[in-house]
Amino acid sequence: MIGIVGYGAYVPHYRIKAEEIARTWGEDGWRIIKGLGVQEKSVPDLDEDTATMAVESARNAVVHAGIKGKSIGAVFVGSESHPYAVKPTATIVAEAVGATPHLTAADFEFACKAGTTAIQCCMGMVSSGMVEYGLAIGADTAQGRPGDALEYTASAGAGSFIIGKKNAVAEILGTYSYTTDTPDFWRRPSADFPSHGGRFTGEPAYFKHVVNASKGLMEKMKIGPEDVDYVVFHQPNAKFPRHAAKILGIDSKKLEPGLLTPLIGNTYSGASMLGLAAVLDVAKPGQHVLVTSFGSGAGSDSFLIKIKDEIEEKRSRLVPVMNYVNNKEYLDYALYVKHRKKLKSL
Amino acid sequence: MLGSPSSWRRIPERYGLIGSRCETCKTNYFPSRQICPVCRRRGKIVEKAYTGKGKIYSFTKVNVPPAGFEIEAPYMLAIIELDEGPKLTAQVVDCEERDVKIGLPVRMVFRKIQESGREGLIHYGFKFALSK
Ligand SMILES: [Zn+2]
Repeated sequence: MIGIVGYGAYVPHYRIKAEEIARTWGEDGWRIIKGLGVQEKSVPDLDEDTATMAVESARNAVVHAGIKGKSIGAVFVGSESHPYAVKPTATIVAEAVGATPHLTAADFEFACKAGTTAIQCCMGMVSSGMVEYGLAIGADTAQGRPGDALEYTASAGAGSFIIGKKNAVAEILGTYSYTTDTPDFWRRPSADFPSHGGRFTGEPAYFKHVVNASKGLMEKMKIGPEDVDYVVFHQPNAKFPRHAAKILGIDSKKLEPGLLTPLIGNTYSGASMLGLAAVLDVAKPGQHVLVTSFGSGAGSDSFLIKIKDEIEEKRSRLVPVMNYVNNKEYLDYALYVKHRKKLKSL
Repeated sequence: MLGSPSSWRRIPERYGLIGSRCETCKTNYFPSRQICPVCRRRGKIVEKAYTGKGKIYSFTKVNVPPAGFEIEAPYMLAIIELDEGPKLTAQVVDCEERDVKIGLPVRMVFRKIQESGREGLIHYGFKFALSK
């Protein structure tokens, strides 16, 4: 049995409202909020980056799991905003959770799905007996070009999952991935902001991969949409996951507990991880969760997860996702620009 | 701080709040000490990991920061009294001046302390946030 032994979330304290971004660019805020379904998004503080958020979520996960840092044999950090081009984020996290030096560590990169791929790698290493526990993290401080549609959603957050065999709060019953070479979204090394294929990001990218990975997993596990109690999809906005659920014949009510984008924006590599964490915060033993990530480029990892009795015992050690979501302070656009260092001179 | 080896040696202290304790007189120290100033040669110094919980002992608002911290101003700087006894000075994040009061409980958070320009190293370590 391979499962989630502990998990942790982190969302920065600051927010900017979609309305405030729209006001700055002279756009119709109400139309954008309705179109994307995103009311506000999280903004990291000046001294926060992918490494600091990964550490905060990982420390929460270690406490929740009730394990010693030294028992973690692998740390993988998935992100598209690693602070260094050369020098791993994973070593910073490993040191900060006290896992060093007897472990392996690496950074993963696959747009928004690098964190779920890290979970899969930890599953393989745990089941083969290579490590006792693996720590998989998805974290990002996403950047959108000022004035671009992405600016309304690109936000910051992190989710950490400790994979192991003992005292799991949820069992991972199976996983399935769907991957093709699809150029829907990219950033060259020298570019500050990503480019995207506009409408092209929907049908042949997000929907094709999310739907096929979810279908493939359900076929592999011999289950139907009616057998799952909660569904978490990658959430670049609120519209895409709801539409994917519709295509798959899944009741959109099953999506709501794990749909955080309307409140915190698109946390990229953190998105499906935080969505799953929010579901685990409220799920009951015996319930089933379907999680499907999406990374541009493109691919999706899908997981079927069954909640175990241990989830109730460990709940007192948890910092719930909603504590972070509800604990916030708003910035105006000027302060937001300072926070994201969008001016070259900063 | 800027030199790589000196910064690297302080990683356990800055990341994990690792200090020391004198077993002879039961005094906790942060940052760590090689010799107990009370017991001198009779002191027995061991490593001590702090929980990161404490309270605001004193605080001030920094409007004119030292070089390298200009963009962060204004910010709150506090003397934190750790639950285990030692006091240290650190920035208090995610708060406004009106939120900070003497005696309020705080917890350690992991943040960037300083960046050596756009091409140099990023130095990480502890700061504090009000406990919620
Ligand atoms: Zn002594």
